[in-house]
Amino acid sequence: MDSLIACHECDLIHRIQPLAEGAVARCSRCGAVLYCHKRNSLDRTLAMTIAGLILFVLANSFPFLSMKIQAQVQESTLLTGIKELYAQGMWQVALLVLLTTILVPLIQLLSLLYVLLPIKLNRKPWKLALVFRFVQRLQPWSMMEVFMLGILVSIVKLAGMASMVPGISLFAFLVLIFILAASAASLDPHLIWEQVEFKR
Amino acid sequence: MNQSALTARNVSLVSCPCCHLLCEMRSGHQGRPLTCPRCGAALHQRKINSLARTWALVLAAFVCYIPANVLPITHVTSLGHVQSDTIMSGVIYFMVSGSWPIALVIFVASVFVPLVKLIILTFLLISVQRKTNWRQKDRTRLYRITEVIGRWSMVDIYVVTILVALVKMGALATIEAGPGAVFFGAVVVITMFAAMTFDPRLIWDTKEQHNE
Ligand SMILES: [Zn+2]
Ligand SMILES: [Zn+2]
Repeated sequence: MDSLIACHECDLIHRIQPLAEGAVARCSRCGAVLYCHKRNSLDRTLAMTIAGLILFVLANSFPFLSMKIQAQVQESTLLTGIKELYAQGMWQVALLVLLTTILVPLIQLLSLLYVLLPIKLNRKPWKLALVFRFVQRLQPWSMMEVFMLGILVSIVKLAGMASMVPGISLFAFLVLIFILAASAASLDPHLIWEQVEFKR
Repeated sequence: MNQSALTARNVSLVSCPCCHLLCEMRSGHQGRPLTCPRCGAALHQRKINSLARTWALVLAAFVCYIPANVLPITHVTSLGHVQSDTIMSGVIYFMVSGSWPIALVIFVASVFVPLVKLIILTFLLISVQRKTNWRQKDRTRLYRITEVIGRWSMVDIYVVTILVALVKMGALATIEAGPGAVFFGAVVVITMFAAMTFDPRLIWDTKEQHNE
């Protein structure tokens, strides 16, 4: 039964067959992705995760945008906006932004490091199944790429009233988004699940 | 497909929603919920009460969609003069000032995407309830679209966050978030949950029952 898999979008049962590197197995009935074979999946994802954490720290420690009107300069990090929303009584919105752009991406990167680093060193991370299940569940709530589009729209919106100066962390954000996308694309969850021992 | 499809449910198996391990559906655990032996996720052959829960979330999102578009999302105070903007007035401002691409981005992400997502989910719910086997592959594809596009509606929330952080020049200009932003955030979150509670396998269940 371990060589069988059911499509999670239409429930049709398929036999798992060995795949060539880079190939993807799709459901014969609905076309959903069943499983895939990625090249150096764990090594690549680990590298992306470490790079991602460094960029994450950079992106959040420097202002990403500053605005000049006459003699006044206003700088903004991601946290200033969240604090300002909170101060205006919009705690629900502040919380949503905090979760989707800071907490969830950070927790995801840290948990991936926690899972991947010991596996690389041939050790079993404690509570692997629980942590990795948590990582998988958080996936839809990390919205860095949407935030980037938000920055672009804001720059255009404010360009008419003041001169906008991009900060260091804007570039860190830009690279971080690509790293996060690449890390999601290079991770093959089945390789992690194979590490979990269990009794039927 | 002429013969009955071999699905996990037809042979009393259940696919783990998290790690995709195929498990036996053993009943009689004295009320204890069945969990995946490998990852510990709760096992159900179909998401529990998928239709009722998704309907509730879709209707709640439709209700929030109205104040999200009618109430102002920003108040701009400039030299003592206050101007309130809704999402649509922002789009119109960009159209008039000639920034067509930005007007289009905001319109698609904030107005069009949430509405399309809600309409698709409503359509899927009704078609599943009517047990039709009409174009199941295309309907599954529609479901996949709703999963992907929903997050992009967050753009306007982020724009408000950035504007609020940057534009606080005292008497010169300040921007405050308006109540529309709360409802707008609610629409995005609720529709994301709605897409998660909908079970696409229900689209395919009818055919198997017809053939049995
Ligand atoms: Zn399928
Ligand atoms: Zn599992």
